[in-house]
Amino acid sequence: MANDIVKPENLVYTKTKVLTDNVMHYCPGCGHGTAHRIIAEVIDEMGIQDKTVGVSPVGCSVLAYNYFDVDFQEAAHGRAPAVATAIKRLNPDTFVFTYQGDGDLAAIGTAETIHAANRGENIVMVFINNGIYGMTGGQMAPTTLVGMKSATTPYGRRVDLNGYPLRITELLATLPGSYYVTRQSVHTPANVRKAKAAIRKAFEVQRDKKGLAFVEIVSSCNSGWKMTPVQANKWMEENMFPNYPLGDIKVDGKIAEGIDANRLVVSAPLTVKQ
Amino acid sequence: MAKELKLMKGNEAIARAMIASGTDGYFGYPITPQSEVMETLMAEKPWETTGMVVLQAESELASINMVYGGAATGKKVATSSSSPGISLMCEGLTYLAGAEIPCVVMNAMRGGPGLGTIQPAQSDYFQSTKGGGHGDYQLYVMAPASVQEMYDFVFDAWDIAFKYRNPVLILTDGAIGQCMEKCYTRDYVPRWTDEERKEKAPWGTWGKPANRERNIITSLELESSRQEVFNQKLQKKYAQMKEEDVRYEMLNCEDADYVFVAYGTSSRICMKSMQIAREKGLKVGLLRPITLYPFPTKQVAELAKRVKGMLCVEMSAGQMVEDVKLASNCQIPIEHYGRFGGIIPTPEEVLEAMEQKIIK
Repeated sequence: MANDIVKPENLVYTKTKVLTDNVMHYCPGCGHGTAHRIIAEVIDEMGIQDKTVGVSPVGCSVLAYNYFDVDFQEAAHGRAPAVATAIKRLNPDTFVFTYQGDGDLAAIGTAETIHAANRGENIVMVFINNGIYGMTGGQMAPTTLVGMKSATTPYGRRVDLNGYPLRITELLATLPGSYYVTRQSVHTPANVRKAKAAIRKAFEVQRDKKGLAFVEIVSSCNSGWKMTPVQANKWMEENMFPNYPLGDIKVDGKIAEGIDANRLVVSAPLTVKQ
Repeated sequence: MAKELKLMKGNEAIARAMIASGTDGYFGYPITPQSEVMETLMAEKPWETTGMVVLQAESELASINMVYGGAATGKKVATSSSSPGISLMCEGLTYLAGAEIPCVVMNAMRGGPGLGTIQPAQSDYFQSTKGGGHGDYQLYVMAPASVQEMYDFVFDAWDIAFKYRNPVLILTDGAIGQCMEKCYTRDYVPRWTDEERKEKAPWGTWGKPANRERNIITSLELESSRQEVFNQKLQKKYAQMKEEDVRYEMLNCEDADYVFVAYGTSSRICMKSMQIAREKGLKVGLLRPITLYPFPTKQVAELAKRVKGMLCVEMSAGQMVEDVKLASNCQIPIEHYGRFGGIIPTPEEVLEAMEQKIIK
């Protein structure tokens, strides 16, 4: 349809062929669609569509295989890093990525996440952190901030009742097997460009067989947070980013410049703005 | 590896058969009494000879999901464990069955419940043949009774796994896994080339060439009506297994008045009991199910028409006996004799049980 009204010489942007035409099931305002798109664009631009195998998690993105036009496996809850490990080891010429949420990657799949990273598996892990279990109706996740309300912390998360939020990305950066660890967002055009560059770098790390490449994308869940998309983005900037600071944490196998070592080892409770 | 006659442990036989049968990958986690499987593989370093990948995982959850990931690329991938580890793997097994992924899993059963004991048992029959994980699925379950069968069944398991796109379970115990017997090894079967894999596993996810649709491996179907159709397809597959791939052995059943029904280690004990019985003039035979799923139902039913009674001997509190009773429609006396918690019965006590419970 677009081709009918846009003259070819004026066409500056189009949907990548690595995304299918299936209508996405994600809520309006959610970051999954944008995250999918930039991954697909990187696969397209690197010319690796015929070598890529994706692994989807259990959670909102369980159906990610409907949207990427590459071979895909749907893993059991939390097990995507184990699944990806074997795909890559048995097929070393493929590009393998997992796409997981915070419940999948940082709660039920913590062991698989840490051990895949620590073995230095040559895979890309994309981690969508929205501080909540979106698909099951907005329950507390390992990344839910102290004071943040969820379906299972209706009065706000309390350390004495629920324990501390987990900054798993910083934790993974301390492991020798991780080579590139970064935290991004996709809530503004500028951030989308940065996040895409990070994903490109992650796939290049895999191409060069350097070890684990890990890209966290802090994302809003306006449905779960019970906000409009605009409110959710503002809340994310004010509450999530101070606790989950954006930017590279580990580059070329070394802790990135300007990263305070205390952030990696000492973690004050991650709290919503008072 | 060429054809040779060697003395080896059952666990070692499994490992050597994996290498010889062209297995592409093994992912495991140590657990007694089968740790020699991974130890043998690591000592043999097949990645330097056949290119087989061997990796020690962080848990049984990880190893069975590594099997899922690797096998879903159309490669021959295996694991092994023992009862508590298999319980952890049951999540993965139902996903493997639900996504129709061929693979081979070995369970060296030990006495339970819980952490139990490391000694041999057969108390995972229900878990192996009636589910274990959730949902209407079946594993193809083979029960070797010797080191030779441990070796040979790995080769057969690959044929069955890819014929049905279904996980195959080799169900054994520490007695067969740890004992040393002579074993004829086979000529090495080369691992599949990429071309052979494409032909034998066109559904595999190794990267989508421009000329085919993407392959998706999943067990998710949100539309119930389609899930029902899929489940019917699985049931058809299981019906075909019952029709075409039941395996069993009958010894001295032609003239038998009484029959033992036993598999694996128990069947080895029963062979001796049968010999003693025959020396005493008792016409005793043995039906040994080799596949526990599909179960030799027809063979039990036919035997039930011409013998006076059957004794199921299991190292459990009585699990397979239910399938024997169902198969025979309870037309003749059928009793169970079991030792459990890691105890193997003696041939004499088994024969005594036959005399007291069945022959009377």
